[in-house]
Amino acid sequence: MSSLMEFKEVDVHYGPIQALKKVSLSVNEGEIVTLIGANGAGKSTLLMSIFGQPRISSGEIIYRGEDISKKSSHYVASHGLAQSPEGRRIFPGMTVEENLLMGTIPIGMDHAEEDMRKMFDLFPRLEERRNQRASTMSGGEQQMLAIARALMSRPKLLLLDEPSLGLAPIIVKQIFEILKDVASTGMTIFLVEQNANHALKLADRGYVMVNGEIRMSGTGDELLVNPEVREAYLGGH
Amino acid sequence: MSQAVVSINYKKSVIDAVIAGLLALIVFGPIVGIVLDGYDFNAEPERLMWIVLTVMAGRLAASVFFQTSKGAAFLYKHSSKDEGVHVLLPGHKSKLRWIIPLTIVIALLVPFIASKYILTVVILGLIYVLLGLGLNIVVGLAGLLDLGFVGFYAIGAYGLALGYEHLGLGFWSMLPIAAIIAAIFGAILGFPVLRMHGDYLAIVTLGFGEIIRLVLTNWTELTQGPNGMNAPLPTFFGMEFKRRASEGHVPFHEFFGIPYSSAYKYIFIYLVLLLVVLGVLYVKKRLTKMPIGRAWEALREDEIACRSLGLNHVLVKLSAFMIGASTGGLAGVFFATYQGFVNPSSFTFFESALILAIVVLGGMGSTLGVVIAAFVLTVAPELLREFADYRVLAFGMLMVLMMIWKPRGLVRMTRTGVEQREGNVK
Repeated sequence: MSSLMEFKEVDVHYGPIQALKKVSLSVNEGEIVTLIGANGAGKSTLLMSIFGQPRISSGEIIYRGEDISKKSSHYVASHGLAQSPEGRRIFPGMTVEENLLMGTIPIGMDHAEEDMRKMFDLFPRLEERRNQRASTMSGGEQQMLAIARALMSRPKLLLLDEPSLGLAPIIVKQIFEILKDVASTGMTIFLVEQNANHALKLADRGYVMVNGEIRMSGTGDELLVNPEVREAYLGGH
Repeated sequence: MSQAVVSINYKKSVIDAVIAGLLALIVFGPIVGIVLDGYDFNAEPERLMWIVLTVMAGRLAASVFFQTSKGAAFLYKHSSKDEGVHVLLPGHKSKLRWIIPLTIVIALLVPFIASKYILTVVILGLIYVLLGLGLNIVVGLAGLLDLGFVGFYAIGAYGLALGYEHLGLGFWSMLPIAAIIAAIFGAILGFPVLRMHGDYLAIVTLGFGEIIRLVLTNWTELTQGPNGMNAPLPTFFGMEFKRRASEGHVPFHEFFGIPYSSAYKYIFIYLVLLLVVLGVLYVKKRLTKMPIGRAWEALREDEIACRSLGLNHVLVKLSAFMIGASTGGLAGVFFATYQGFVNPSSFTFFESALILAIVVLGGMGSTLGVVIAAFVLTVAPELLREFADYRVLAFGMLMVLMMIWKPRGLVRMTRTGVEQREGNVK
């Protein structure tokens, strides 16, 4: 397996505060990799640094053999990296279809119809609401839309930032079921989550981040049974 | 059943009325109750009392009415809690489509029916329609609050005057050139404010408008400062609209063998302006359906999401500033030729505020709303000259009523959803 994206000793500073400390991790083609950690550990910072927001202060981010750490956000986003951002950030005044079409910006509208059909197969709820404004949908539906919108650009690597944020447990379960379906199509997924239980069950490999450092790594199953992880993120037992 | 549920709380109504009366006393007391008389002043309690009593009676009636079932229904109808853009189904056809050709026909007939005075007022209205449409792209569609829009208007107007004075260019050559220059200034303003939002953006753009005005006022060698400059009239295939043409030109009325009238030039300006407005309306309609239009709206709704989708926000913002600015520049050219004279006092902050009021009153992003609001705010004050003293009061009342009943503007921004094409999902 070849590495699709790799962080090499990445440091990120917010002014005098160091948010990421020599972070190294890799995502291989076809894998689901998850990054778990508590609030403020630096998970979202890591994800956003892929897009240069914030810029890394040292290290390299290699994506398909190229260092992308100095490229502009839209360059990165239009070269096969799609993101479902934290807090979903769908376009509230646009319909579901229009939101999906916004996802095709990097590749143009050539495959729009075909891909939209695929998204509606994956997320039947979205088809029911296709001409409805996105703001009128429930949180879970909005999250589905955010994921579908990211997939519309036919990404090589799908980045998900806390898809379970603010959703009821039963909806979270649904979202993870769908992510499993997405993964079964061969999509490479990098998932940043606080919900360690769901994330580790889904993932092939996982990293645990504490205070801006990678504390542990291993396969999903290994981490699930690791006493330290259980203590910190899975509520003991 | 519904009758039984509704019970009117008269005590609450009386309290409402007393509060309204006190407010009226505070607001009108110093203005109406005290009249300056030389270095002295006279108290006029009687006038004040009548105003306060009227307000109290009105509030009491309104309070009681809104507690009845009819009143509650009225309130419900007019308080739309639904926010944002109204999206129609793709392929939606309005029942009022026939109004557009009818309006165009009426607009074409106006100069031949209306008096010269009415015509000049309507020209002014159309100039503000152009300004409103330009600012609507920046504020309404792209969501960038611009308080210095008058700067581009001034650039267009002075573009014509300066081009005529220093380069010998006429109306027709300066019309596109001024639009391009304004667009370039739009980009110059756009670059430094790329990272700004909301209040900060508003302050910087406000400064930009003032800078343009101050440069025009103080660079006397170029612009003759506060004395102003002459602007040329448009020509009709080289024919001038003056009584006697300059060297080597034929006046319009002599060529066609009709008696001279000073109204001809206004008719001509009106018709050209009307064509430009229709052109801008058409282009704007097309733009909102094109990817760039959708990108503007996406930028207004969520900039971070846009960037995460790979949208180049620099290009999107600059294009909004530039297209808005060039429309403002066009309006400036027409303003200059219509007045025949420009000076910096026409381009104060009040103009920017008026243009913004047109966009807000009309409904952010709504083309039809902007057209209506532009006429309401420019033509109505002209037609109601007898009530000129109460103009600002009426303006304030209009704004208050709008904020209560139509917080999204006269005509809410409405657009049809993206077209579905053949073979699309069913």
